[in-house]
Amino acid sequence: MTLTDERRLTQLQWLESEAIHIIREVAAEFERPVLLFSGGKDSVVMLHLATKAFWPAPVPFPVMHVDTGHNFPEVLAFRDATVERLGLRLEVASVQDYIDDGRLRERSDGTRNQLQTQPLLDGITDNKFDAVFGGGRRDEEKARAKERVFSLRDEFGQWDPRNQRPELWNLYNGRHRPGEHVRVFPLSNWTELDVWQYIAAEDIALPELYYAHQREVFERDGMLISVSDVSQPREGETVEKRQVRYRTVGDASCTGAVESDATTVEAVIAEVAGTRLTERGATRADDRASEAAMEDRKKEGYF
Amino acid sequence: MRTLLRLATAGSVDDGKSTLVGRLLYDSKSVLADQFDAVERVSRDRGLASADLALLTDGLRSEREQGITIDVAYRYFATAERSFILADCPGHVQYTRNTVTGASTADVVVLLVDVRHGIQEQTRRHLAVASLLRVPHVVVVVNKIDLVDFDEATYTRVSDEVLASARSLGLYDVATIPVSALAGDNVVERSDRTPWYDGPSLLTFLEQLSPAGSPHSEPLRLPVQLVIRPQQAAGDEFRDYRGYAGQITSGLVRVGDAVTVQPSGRSSTVTGIDFAGASLDEAFAPQSVTLRLADDIDISRGDLIVTSRSVPAVTQDIDGTIAWLADHTLVPGTKVLLKHGTKTVQAMVKAIGGKLDLEDARLLPAESLGLNDIGHVTLRLATPIPAEEYLHSRDTGAFLLIDGQDGGTLAAGMVGDALLDTVAEVGSAATPA
Repeated sequence: MTLTDERRLTQLQWLESEAIHIIREVAAEFERPVLLFSGGKDSVVMLHLATKAFWPAPVPFPVMHVDTGHNFPEVLAFRDATVERLGLRLEVASVQDYIDDGRLRERSDGTRNQLQTQPLLDGITDNKFDAVFGGGRRDEEKARAKERVFSLRDEFGQWDPRNQRPELWNLYNGRHRPGEHVRVFPLSNWTELDVWQYIAAEDIALPELYYAHQREVFERDGMLISVSDVSQPREGETVEKRQVRYRTVGDASCTGAVESDATTVEAVIAEVAGTRLTERGATRADDRASEAAMEDRKKEGYF
Repeated sequence: MRTLLRLATAGSVDDGKSTLVGRLLYDSKSVLADQFDAVERVSRDRGLASADLALLTDGLRSEREQGITIDVAYRYFATAERSFILADCPGHVQYTRNTVTGASTADVVVLLVDVRHGIQEQTRRHLAVASLLRVPHVVVVVNKIDLVDFDEATYTRVSDEVLASARSLGLYDVATIPVSALAGDNVVERSDRTPWYDGPSLLTFLEQLSPAGSPHSEPLRLPVQLVIRPQQAAGDEFRDYRGYAGQITSGLVRVGDAVTVQPSGRSSTVTGIDFAGASLDEAFAPQSVTLRLADDIDISRGDLIVTSRSVPAVTQDIDGTIAWLADHTLVPGTKVLLKHGTKTVQAMVKAIGGKLDLEDARLLPAESLGLNDIGHVTLRLATPIPAEEYLHSRDTGAFLLIDGQDGGTLAAGMVGDALLDTVAEVGSAATPA
């Protein structure tokens, strides 16, 4: 290898450096940033990058979780352990609280992903957060493909895809008026495979359900749903024990598992590299609802 | 070792850009079954015989309703050697805004030309933008070669025309490739229907392209993002830690190097390069690192750490070239914010020195700039910055103009007027007035 070759970053190092630059820009330019942390793999990677960005100082902002009340218990435990280990402040915006006091009503299908928007926006307003880190990636979905790294939200939390600021060079513009806030996506340019390769390279711990395990599941709309308090089989749906893992972690009542033998991070990488289905197509009932399901939710202020 | 290459696509209406991008994604196996099923379903509904790959790049509902793409979309694909980030820039609406945005971060612009039509007005505009923004490489895809029966003479005529036009705009590193995006010829695999063409397929070309910039030849530049001072927060070991965090935009830094901080002009020596607990002997662009210095000099966000061997001058007066991206008109006397590196300063537009006629690449006199105009401005800044000619530095030569009231991004700016002059003068020499 020539000297020139040694002094090129790999794609993972490049993505890491870009993400750290973005995270530092936010910490320097905003008054009250917050990082959305669910315990899902993208938010875990984002938080890991934040710890690297400010070393040896601690991460200089709190994390927030929009809790649907339909969580996988092992993910909640992972969330709490991580927050404790890093000494972070955790804000929880609870969908259950909104349902209990009548501000939100349960949907007829019982799923809660779409109910997260209001608690999220209220959490941002109540805490006066002006920058909100999200783990969204542009490769996930076609509305996300048009998202900026710094994405302005109006006072109603809305995204206006037709009126986005041009984003030039690496000069991010975080200016906003009172009441507005900016969503920031440090993993914009990462793919699902990049995330997994980075998890392997950095030896990042994840909730166990990302790896293959035995679980009681039933099939609904072509997806394997876990049996739990919030997801019981209906008539005609039979429960079986299968070897599965999760590619995404969301509302347990509508997030599907995939059959898998991948018990290690290397095996997961091999599986992701050879997969024939997109992450969301395989595991998210809510994104299958219509051609523009994600676009519509994002316009209203969703992640 | 897999490296990364950033590309931006550009082209005029109906030259097959969406089909090409769809073909690149599909043939490099970056399209998954559920995405392809959706495309097949929609194609069938529209009465098409086979899947329309252009639908793979379909974006927002509002765009589908109008049958146009409005905004830059980002796509990702990879081969064994390389990962690609593709900024898909729509050609017809807001083309300056979109191509300037895509080109600002691109290592290579992929420009489409329909072999039946040759160079269009849009082709020259896109070449001019690539030249102005100093995109290191340009590859021109001469598309729809199947529609002229893979005729070498037709291809050569268009290719020569494109290369001549590119040279007239100051672009010398330009390749052309005969392609049928629809049928896949020379996109991923070399086609046996163009035996007279001995170059690589588009994907092979992109895999082999060397990214611009070598850390060895360029002087060190590191805009300081923030000062890391944990004080009590990270234990006794780091009580007195003080590091300057930022992403190296050009060059290389080693422990022991002499550095200067602009705009103050104070100098010191690098005593440590930290990255998340690791101590490095050297670091290079575009790594994000934290530097420690021997002397406790006053450094804060917005400062630029540079090698003492090459120190850029600081100035409060900038002659620049801007692409104006706002709806309202820019007139002299306007106050704006200017963001350069990690520093934002107040600025006043003192004068407008003409604008580029993109069709003829001529500089026209102008007293104002409107949406999507590219022109000369003279700026006076409230505080000095270490601005360098964009011609020499794509990083420390770039700036944004921002609306101080609503925070909107008004313009993409490049320090210096040499670039625009090159495009305009050479262009006007080659084009009858």
